[in-house]
Amino acid sequence: MKSLDQVSTGSTVEIVKIHGEGSLRRRILALGVIPGSSLQVVKVAPLGDPIEVKLNQSNLVIRRSEARFIEVAGGDHE
Amino acid sequence: MSKRRFALVGNPNSGKTTLFNALTGSNQFIGNWPGVTVEKKSGHLIGHPEVEILDLPGLYSLAANSLEEIIASKELTENPPDAIINIVDGTNLERNLYMTTQLFDLGIPLILVINMADELRQEGISIDADKLSKRIGYPVVAISALKGENIDKLIGHLLSPEITQNHPAKTDYGADIEAVIAQAFGIIKPSFPESQLRYWSFRSLEPGFKQNLDQVQQLELQRLQEDYESSHEGDDLESSIAGLRYDKIDQLVNGTIHGSRKGELSFSDRVDQIVTNRWLALPIFVLVMVIVYGISITTLGTYLTDWTNEVLFGEIVPGFVSSLLERMSVAEWLQSLILDGIVAGVGAVLGFVPQMLVLFFMLAFLEASGYMARIAFIMDRAFRKWGLSGKSFIPLLVGSGCSVPGIMASRTIEEESDRRMTVILTSFIPCGAKLPVIALFAGAIAGDALWVAPAAYFLGIAAVILSGLILRKTPRFKGDPSPFVMELPPYRLPGLKTILRSTWERGWSFIKKAGTIILLSSIVIWALLRFGVENGSLATVEVLGNSFMARLGSLISWMFRPLGWDSWQAAVATITGLVAKENVVNTFGILFGYAEVSETGTEIWANVAQHFGVLGGFSFLIFNLLCIPCFAAIGAIKREMNNAGWTWFALIYQSVFAYAVSFVFYQIGNWALTQQFSFMTILAILVVLGTIYFLVRPEKQKEVRTPQRNGVRA
Repeated sequence: MKSLDQVSTGSTVEIVKIHGEGSLRRRILALGVIPGSSLQVVKVAPLGDPIEVKLNQSNLVIRRSEARFIEVAGGDHE
Repeated sequence: MSKRRFALVGNPNSGKTTLFNALTGSNQFIGNWPGVTVEKKSGHLIGHPEVEILDLPGLYSLAANSLEEIIASKELTENPPDAIINIVDGTNLERNLYMTTQLFDLGIPLILVINMADELRQEGISIDADKLSKRIGYPVVAISALKGENIDKLIGHLLSPEITQNHPAKTDYGADIEAVIAQAFGIIKPSFPESQLRYWSFRSLEPGFKQNLDQVQQLELQRLQEDYESSHEGDDLESSIAGLRYDKIDQLVNGTIHGSRKGELSFSDRVDQIVTNRWLALPIFVLVMVIVYGISITTLGTYLTDWTNEVLFGEIVPGFVSSLLERMSVAEWLQSLILDGIVAGVGAVLGFVPQMLVLFFMLAFLEASGYMARIAFIMDRAFRKWGLSGKSFIPLLVGSGCSVPGIMASRTIEEESDRRMTVILTSFIPCGAKLPVIALFAGAIAGDALWVAPAAYFLGIAAVILSGLILRKTPRFKGDPSPFVMELPPYRLPGLKTILRSTWERGWSFIKKAGTIILLSSIVIWALLRFGVENGSLATVEVLGNSFMARLGSLISWMFRPLGWDSWQAAVATITGLVAKENVVNTFGILFGYAEVSETGTEIWANVAQHFGVLGGFSFLIFNLLCIPCFAAIGAIKREMNNAGWTWFALIYQSVFAYAVSFVFYQIGNWALTQQFSFMTILAILVVLGTIYFLVRPEKQKEVRTPQRNGVRA
């Protein structure tokens, strides 16, 4: 399984599944991070965490510890 | 027209506040939701006192993910408005409509307000409001809250009789999910009002949902979720429903948006290539902070504060009042009460206000422009270890000038536990008023050494970090760390009116909520210093040693013996320091027989050194730097906590922490210097070991969260 925290900056990936339960998953889903949609890892914060992703019209910030719950596919370096 | 109530609902950064201001003008009432730190605003439509508008907090959904969402859901279900005004950001329409689909489930009449029409036009995009309206069955208006565009059209809708009529929106999510919803509907039917059953059916399918339900119902709902998941190759119900909501939104907006967005990179993306750039982000952040601090604390802010304190409340007002009182030949003690008690007390409240307004103006600008969210992004990693938010940097920085605006600045932090933590920790950072105290002791017992002041700041920072670590492990702060998933809103030039209003609201709420406590305590301290028993009778005292304050000092001084200073003078100085920390210096001046001393008390250095000794002096300094702040800051803590339990918790924690640090410092220092090992030394060592054990002991509940089911619970 590949999770969002392992995706390199600049890559676009497809979301496969949101693991975990509870408020984290609901919050992520409400922001439009849903299985089947794709997002791009845009940037890493200057101190190495959190990461910024771009999804449709939104720019979202998520900590690596929480990005681990987002299973993704594709998007490795060409 | 008859009375009607609207609830204004929308995502954060959708322009909700701007619209609320445009609709209500100055007819606003600002308070807090009971017992929590979340602000509650309501108002009347301009020119229509019968139309009430309630501004709910900015939300991304109606599920119970955050305090704001719980508040909003409770308000909308327990006290349903006649209609919902749902504002959405047209430049991010699909995401904003997610919550709209949840609002549809509530069965409350609704008007959809698409904001940022001006921005859309600039991008060459238009949204067909009529077509969208026909599809959702509710009125749709495209506006620009900032430019005031189409606000009159919106008001026309709000005043029309049709607005409160419900047109059930057609949100069919397909046979598969609708079958599950129908079953959930059946299970929860006895527990919720008829009209809200569709909404609660969706909510009840959140894993772990318990509200109003007995155990049998909960088990049935859990089985429903498990059945769905086993028959859908492990796809969970929540993700499926969220996906279907987004599919529905695509259907609804498909063909209503004309024109396409130009280019790959938006304006905000281009700005962020520099502002949150890996190498430039920190230098730019430092620069912004230097500007904020420079203007609000050192230059303009100081000028305004000095003028208010020294000229307005130092000369003009007292001069006027005293001449007035003399002309009326008021009794001498009453003159003193009015001048030294009340006027000085009011001055202490208002003296902070100009500086605070300058700071709040800049903070409001940083918030509304979108930079504040970037601060959280840049600084998150550095702060979250101590249970703080990246945005806690600003309160702590401002706190080094004055704790009062520092504590008030914690308002910009979204997460309630981060906010409370910041409120507790901010006053550990030495504020400007503590500098004379530091200078007095540096001069008196350390030969005016240069390292004392930096050491005081280091102590403050260490206290913040250590307390963050300690408090995070206490039951009050324990529990799952809140998920940190945040939106970086697009950069926007904020409207001046919105910023000015927010600036004034915060300043006024300080005056109103903190003012009473500051005024009352100033008067009490004044009375304690002024009255006492002299020559066997109650009188206004000439010698401070005879005052009730001195009695109070001797009554409590024993408590400070383990800290190495137990004179009543030291206790009195600590108490008067609560009015304003720099009073410690003046009080010692008076106690050592000087009518007036310089700011750093050069005249009394020898007395202080003799009175305290080196170790006791440092212990006194440490205690006074860390213990509860001045009454103004306590007022600010009370205002921001909005909860008596939390306010007391903050004050007691600060006192206990200050006591423990001074105690350990004095006892271990004493042991090191005199080689005398006593019971107190053992106690001090135990405090240190106990704290270390508390911090490093393994924790059972919060093990490493693995990306598996049950990893995170709400």
